[in-house]
Amino acid sequence: AETLQIVVSSSPVPSHANDKESYLWRSHTGGFGTTLESRGSCKRNQGIENQKKSERKVSSAVSNMSRRYDSRTTIFSPEGRLYQVEYAMEAIGNAGSAIGILAKDGVVLIGEKKVTSKLLQTSTSAEKMYKIDDHVACAVAGIMSDANILINTARVQAQRYTFMYQEPMPVEQLVQSLCDTKQGYTQFGGLRPFGVSFLFAGWDKNHGFQLYMSDPSGNYGGWKAAAVGANNQAAQSILKQDYKDDASREEVVELALKVLSKTMDSTSLTSEKLELAEVFLTPSGSVQYHVHSPESLTKLLVKHGVTQPAAETS
Amino acid sequence: MECVFGLVGKGFAIVAADTSAVHSILLHKNNEDKIMLLDSHKLVAASGEPGDRVQFTEYVQKNVSLYKFRNGIPLTTAAAANFTRGELATALRKNPYSVNILMAGYDEESGASLYYIDYIATLHKVDKGAFGYGSYFSLSTMDRHYREDMSVEEAIELVDKCILEIRSRLVVAPPNFVIKIVDKDGARDYAWRQSVQDVTTAAV
Repeated sequence: AETLQIVVSSSPVPSHANDKESYLWRSHTGGFGTTLESRGSCKRNQGIENQKKSERKVSSAVSNMSRRYDSRTTIFSPEGRLYQVEYAMEAIGNAGSAIGILAKDGVVLIGEKKVTSKLLQTSTSAEKMYKIDDHVACAVAGIMSDANILINTARVQAQRYTFMYQEPMPVEQLVQSLCDTKQGYTQFGGLRPFGVSFLFAGWDKNHGFQLYMSDPSGNYGGWKAAAVGANNQAAQSILKQDYKDDASREEVVELALKVLSKTMDSTSLTSEKLELAEVFLTPSGSVQYHVHSPESLTKLLVKHGVTQPAAETS
Repeated sequence: MECVFGLVGKGFAIVAADTSAVHSILLHKNNEDKIMLLDSHKLVAASGEPGDRVQFTEYVQKNVSLYKFRNGIPLTTAAAANFTRGELATALRKNPYSVNILMAGYDEESGASLYYIDYIATLHKVDKGAFGYGSYFSLSTMDRHYREDMSVEEAIELVDKCILEIRSRLVVAPPNFVIKIVDKDGARDYAWRQSVQDVTTAAV
């Protein structure tokens, strides 16, 4: 809507020329300028700027028009995109990375901790890895508070299934159920999507060891190796080259550490910046979720020679 | 007066049920099949209020099918039995179903199994079980003659002994029975034991 404001006064029209601190006029860009723009000049300027914008290389995914479709999560843009979902994924792209890799005898999850401080009580707070049920664990990338809600939801869903059927919930069904919840936030309710991506690692009697990745849109897929969070594309391409089927858990841990050391921004890898967890079967046949202690992690880092950052390759 | 009983043999489970549909003193029909195929490898023999019996068993059957369609894998017998018991338990303190169920199934990992589920949501995994007035006779007979890992022939012999006992000792004994079996090849009809058949033409 356009408003017209009429001022009747005897004082001269304020202008930047006669008084530096005088009134500034709102311009078509929404900012302030020194001259009052007429409707004609306004439209002309807007046209020139739009032209300039389309010539300029646009690095972000968003054009000026999309500002109108940003605010509501539950509507499409004219190009058929859900901007809030995409923005949620952007948020995750700035969070600490997490990588999951399938081994022949287990699944390995590794995460980069962004909150590192001597004062942090590591025994009681986990940042990246969480146990959902006895046979399923997950790694998280994104907004921690959002993740906590979803982790609780997943835990409740798993227990509800076990209450009904007296057996552990198949991993894919758990992931699907959680993703159905996430999808709801992209279609109705007017609430923003969750800014979290998950890597689910688990075992069930139908499909053995499995790794699933899910994102804020509610999409999920089963993967042999996957990465979420910062630099996930770089990590994913390294994984594509170096992943081998039927590797042992030890080999997979080595691969995970190597990939993370190459993609992490920090100058050196220490055990306090990492969380490493494995899901495997004990000899008696029960599923075990084991988070490595800092000492064990340090030993592994030294063993695989990744305490220093990866050497620059030409 | 409804009689339902069953037992587990070597790699199979057998259930037998009477086939009378009764309303007060009237016998509607004597070929009512009270043993439903829950899925390819599960049988549910049910007794109780006729309306509840059909409604509840069909509800369980459809939910078991839905699970298979949604998840690509069938429920195990144990999971299906626990689900059934859960539904009875949930309804119990609001509007209970008056249905007693013997659920028999075959799973590749755990073999043949039989579950006793009564109308107040009791669940027991059993080798032999029975409901109704007939249970006084069939349970005693099965206790006397049952052994582990019986063959199909031996099990059918025992089932026939039970039917004979019911027919000779229960005051309003049902005339006809249906016997069904489930094993690795699936759930299917085994035999009918009929002493009275519906008369199709009027007597002259």
